Amino acid sequence: MPTSLAVIADSLPYLLAGTLNTALIVSLAMLVGLVLGVVIAVGLVYGRRPVRFLLGLYVWFFRGVPVLALLFLFYFGLFTWLGLSVNALLSAALVLGMTTGAYQANIFRGAILALPHGQFRAASALGMSDLQAIRSIILPQALRLSLPAWSNEYSIVLKDSALAFVIGAPEIMARTQFVASRTYQHLPLYLTAGLLYFLLTWLGLATLKHLEKKLRIPGYSQHGSQ
Amino acid sequence: MLSLSPFHQELFAALNHGLLISLALIVPSALGGLATGVLLGAARVFGPVWSRRLGDAYAAVFRGTPLVVQLFVLYFGLPGIGISLSPYAAAVTGFILCSGAYQSEYMRGALLSIRQGQYFGAQALGFTDWQTIRWIILPQAVRRALHGCSNEIVYLIKYSSLAYVVTCMELTGEGKTIATEYFRFTEVFAVIGLYYLGLVTLASFLLQRIEQRLAVPGFGRG
Amino acid sequence: MIDPAPPVLRVANLEKSFGPNRILKGVSLCLAKGEIKVLIGPSGSGKSTLLQCLNCLVTPDTGTIELDGEPIDLANRRELYRLRQQVGMIFQDFNLFDHLTARDNITVALRRVKGLARRNAEERAEQELAQVGLTDSWASLYPAQLSGGQKQRVAIARALALDPRALLLDEPTSALDPELIGEVITVIRSLASQGMTMIMATHQIGLIANLANEILFMEAGTIVEQGSPAVLMAPGCTSRSRVFCNRLGDLAEGGR
Repeated sequence: MPTSLAVIADSLPYLLAGTLNTALIVSLAMLVGLVLGVVIAVGLVYGRRPVRFLLGLYVWFFRGVPVLALLFLFYFGLFTWLGLSVNALLSAALVLGMTTGAYQANIFRGAILALPHGQFRAASALGMSDLQAIRSIILPQALRLSLPAWSNEYSIVLKDSALAFVIGAPEIMARTQFVASRTYQHLPLYLTAGLLYFLLTWLGLATLKHLEKKLRIPGYSQHGSQ
Repeated sequence: MLSLSPFHQELFAALNHGLLISLALIVPSALGGLATGVLLGAARVFGPVWSRRLGDAYAAVFRGTPLVVQLFVLYFGLPGIGISLSPYAAAVTGFILCSGAYQSEYMRGALLSIRQGQYFGAQALGFTDWQTIRWIILPQAVRRALHGCSNEIVYLIKYSSLAYVVTCMELTGEGKTIATEYFRFTEVFAVIGLYYLGLVTLASFLLQRIEQRLAVPGFGRG
Repeated sequence: MIDPAPPVLRVANLEKSFGPNRILKGVSLCLAKGEIKVLIGPSGSGKSTLLQCLNCLVTPDTGTIELDGEPIDLANRRELYRLRQQVGMIFQDFNLFDHLTARDNITVALRRVKGLARRNAEERAEQELAQVGLTDSWASLYPAQLSGGQKQRVAIARALALDPRALLLDEPTSALDPELIGEVITVIRSLASQGMTMIMATHQIGLIANLANEILFMEAGTIVEQGSPAVLMAPGCTSRSRVFCNRLGDLAEGGR
């Protein structure tokens, strides 16, 4: 036992630096996912038929293929094939971002559809263009309604980010694995990694809960669905 | 007869073999996860205080940590205390433990959503506690939880690819080997993607059929 | 006048508290075979709790319950199940099983509790549905597809299928739209004419006053007044029951 504790103590700074990289990957991925998700959701709801079809295909693909396969496909395959030099960390963030983008699109789409029809019409009646109406009337409401589901996405992306080690991104798992392979203290080290993820999960969820409270509008809540 | 290049012949032979292993991972894990989820969910709602606490803690731990960490603990960690699992056993165990935690969450929500009148109605007819749960509460809760549980099974299909990281050679693992050997990642993983898309789409379709079969008019998802 | 045999249901000194609130403060009553009692009183007076104690959906803190002269051991679960099978309960909000058709709401108890074969249970269910005026075509519908009156009639059929010695009715018509009350009252009347032993809590005393052998007026957890409707509801009588019912503005309706 003392050996294992000593190993953990020695490697902690190294693991914590990996934790920062995990946080970086997750933040980037959530941001990419947010932008993609909003654009795709708006396209799915308001777009023309061919647009809707293509976006539907995107969502179907990224929701149906495992993250692990996507990481291999993009990092070793497509990015290289396209001649892009993207490092492992950024690749992981992009792949996770594109994946969560597909899920977030579904969340936002549901929220937009849950809004009363009158909202869009009222905005149009005030002389807003469609884009203005979407931007300043529909999205502020839909995004608020989506926050609980979005928080859930965060915890999924965080956990998926643990797969980034397969392409060599220097995050928690990669570093834990590295230390474990030298010290043979597998059990205590992976339990430590688990603890780090556990803390990140609940820390993130608490933050988002706080955000939810701050953004709350009195008497405005999600009716029914989700 | 379509003639394939040696590369493609090898690729499809490997992927088809991997697919069988993947199915051998997915089916018992999905069933085991579902059973664990129902029992755990029931323990978290109906059990004595200690079993609720324990169940909640279990779910929080397994939902709060990545599946890949759980698999590493099972496969690389447990030998440290004298328990060695084969790659396949480690993967299935991990999948069942993890998806059981998620399934229990759906079951718990569904069980809690059932009105007290349903218990009263059954007890007034002389049902025992067990009969009430078996014939009245569970059939309703399962219907309410079904949609979430189906989603969870679809997730499980995708996450079965993680068996590869504990060296269980399923679809992803077989593909990775070929891709590395020929250095044709884009092609190989695009095909693997199609295999998973096929599995996921088929499973979603079947699960939706089951949901429709079990649907009761006016009985919503809660 | 009434059977000399032991009463179907006799309870004595029932007490029940929820936390610091004493809901029942020593209630005793007796239901002879074929007798119909009506329980009235303001909301929160303990009517519902009393009925639920009668078949131990809520276990009384103290007191005794006798079914056909035999005391029930309240600590023995098997005896509680037997008591509940023999004393039917009708709820204000029906409590039909939402995932089962009207027919299966009836057969589920027959099959699981009484151990009847499916065919026998279904035959019995059909008889009981006919008894409450629901034809075969309703039997395959789910609760959400039935009107309130139909739901309550299915609930009554479900209770009757177990051959109860007595029926407890907890405001069976208060959740119904006014135009649907009649169909449920008709069923209750026909049960009365067949000699069913019943105790019913209601706010719509006028609708069944002429059926009742006795009115029990409850207030703050005790029965404060009891007597035949002819006496308590006589014009000019200053009984609590009559004053209460007058306030509900229900007596006029009862004149029909």
